[in-house]
Amino acid sequence: MANFATETERRPWLPLPPWARGTLVTLSSIAVTMLGLLFVTFLIGRVMPIDPVLAIVGERATEEQYNAAYRELGLDRSLAVQFFYYVSDVLRGDFGTSLLTARDVSSDIARVFPATFELATIGILFGCILGVPLGVIAAVRRGSWIDQIARVIALVGYSMPIFWLGLMGLLLFYGILGWVGGPGRQGIFYEDMIPSVTGMILIDSLIAGDWGAFRDAFSHIVLPASLLGYYSLAYISRMTRSFMLEQLSAEYITTARVKGMSEWAVIWSHAFRNIRVQLITVIALSYANLLEGSVLTEIIFAWPGIGSYITTALLSADMNAVLGGTVVVGLVFICLNIFSDLLYKVFDPRSK
Amino acid sequence: MSMTSQTPPSSGGQSLRQWLLSDTPTSRRQARLSALYQGWLALRQNHMAMVGLAILVVLISIALFAPLIAPHDPFVQDLANRLQPLGSEGHLLGTDSLGRDILSRLIYGARITLYIVALVALIAPVVGLLVGTISGYAGGWTDVILMRITDIFLAFPRLVLALAFVAALGAGIENAVLAISLTAWPPYARMARAETLTIRSSDYISAIRLQGAGPLRIIIKHIWPLCISSLIVRVTLDMAGIILAAAGLGFLGLGAQPPSPEWGAMISEGRRFILDHWWVATMPGLAIFAVSLAFNLLGDGLRDVLDPKDSAS
Repeated sequence: MANFATETERRPWLPLPPWARGTLVTLSSIAVTMLGLLFVTFLIGRVMPIDPVLAIVGERATEEQYNAAYRELGLDRSLAVQFFYYVSDVLRGDFGTSLLTARDVSSDIARVFPATFELATIGILFGCILGVPLGVIAAVRRGSWIDQIARVIALVGYSMPIFWLGLMGLLLFYGILGWVGGPGRQGIFYEDMIPSVTGMILIDSLIAGDWGAFRDAFSHIVLPASLLGYYSLAYISRMTRSFMLEQLSAEYITTARVKGMSEWAVIWSHAFRNIRVQLITVIALSYANLLEGSVLTEIIFAWPGIGSYITTALLSADMNAVLGGTVVVGLVFICLNIFSDLLYKVFDPRSK
Repeated sequence: MSMTSQTPPSSGGQSLRQWLLSDTPTSRRQARLSALYQGWLALRQNHMAMVGLAILVVLISIALFAPLIAPHDPFVQDLANRLQPLGSEGHLLGTDSLGRDILSRLIYGARITLYIVALVALIAPVVGLLVGTISGYAGGWTDVILMRITDIFLAFPRLVLALAFVAALGAGIENAVLAISLTAWPPYARMARAETLTIRSSDYISAIRLQGAGPLRIIIKHIWPLCISSLIVRVTLDMAGIILAAAGLGFLGLGAQPPSPEWGAMISEGRRFILDHWWVATMPGLAIFAVSLAFNLLGDGLRDVLDPKDSAS
């Protein structure tokens, strides 16, 4: 993006004020990235060894039926035309029909997405609430035992396979200790008891005023969400620490200390205030990564979210569902990236 | 640096050591070896990096001598002795659901892990280096187009993209390697481009250009060598992620296929018995953890030595 900005600065080809040109450049680069994403999924769909026509008409179709379906799918047109139709379908929210569920992929995704959203959101909350203070303390008490512990926590987080950690968590907290609910989002007793409003069970059970269902849902979500959150904790605490170290070595901090300001005020109302923007961008990025990590976590915990949806579809060669899911996850990922970029530009006075 | 305070190496090495630490190298070879040696001395100070290196050396030897070390054939099934616990007769780490020795499977699995890591470490940085240096050196539209493509790949969630690629290409180790490489090269391209941009405008490049060197020669002989050190650090730090991605694909049944003793696939097999026979899934997980931890430790140490400006601590 920086690249584009310098290009336009050199030769202003549009008679627009700088802010409008900046917005235009940002918007166009978003559009190009999204188009690129669709192009990649389109290509993946085309090089598939599975014949999409056979998947519809079946093995015993006559040649006429096969040819009719072939034309129906638009496979006789050029790749460019096919891509154009693909993009316009996606823009209308049409990802085709899932072979597995025999429903629209978009309605399937709308059904499973809230589960992933709920999981990832609780996970990121966990990561922030523990990760930010840990990073701040590690920076302030640099080299102390708590700094070493923070370092180990982060290293282990970077090195542990998430699906294995999930299994171990399930073994310990469910199998041995019995502290949490098992796999799935709800116990059998509460299954389909709560009317779906938002699709997020924690919120739906609160709306219904059913405390038993809420406790049940919470006992199911707490383990996968905290394991998922552990990965963002590792990243967030490391980044918080290095941002804080940078601030704490600045001269204004020395000045504040010389003035006799309390250490608490120096840390929280001076240093921490100045890392807020950087921190939010980091959190947005790790939220995006959490979506990805949820694919493997969901499988371990039989969590009916988009990760389970994509992988189940994958194993039964349900290509519309795989590509639809990939596009949606990709779009959310891009949006979060752009959001963190924008946040930085809007709130950090230095970037103006 | 306090290199002179080091304990001297074993007998006869003293003169070699002095030659290596000489302030006035007399040949290019001496200068290069000296730089390498000093880097090694600095790395040796970092105990955690040494632990990482030790784990990796052990892993590589295990992979090399797998047939000699493994107590059993990793593929031979023994249904009479299935799901034996840890420390049972002849099976130190127990057996899996088909009665295969878990320790032997882990030992052979080290080969698969190293194979995947080595292939990705060859493909992704080279592609990234090519794209990045061409983009940075050529500038203009070439730069814009190549960087847009890089951005598109960067914008994808890596695991999901790898899943979609494997879905299209078919499951298997080679396709998993390809899928991981396809998602791993963009950061290298970004990095190589940034380095190229700084190097391109330096005086010595202008001097070489005035002497008549073509772009190809400049890129290969004068830009690539300077990009290598930061690339190596990045590759080492990425290795952990690559191992986790490969294990994840194996776990989903999209990487190495059974009966291959790939660690991720082993976890997936053991998953069904997790509550009653926990060791079947636990042992391969520990192996993955140890190896990716080793790469992270070594990568941190290498970063401190080669690239002190990026150091987080």
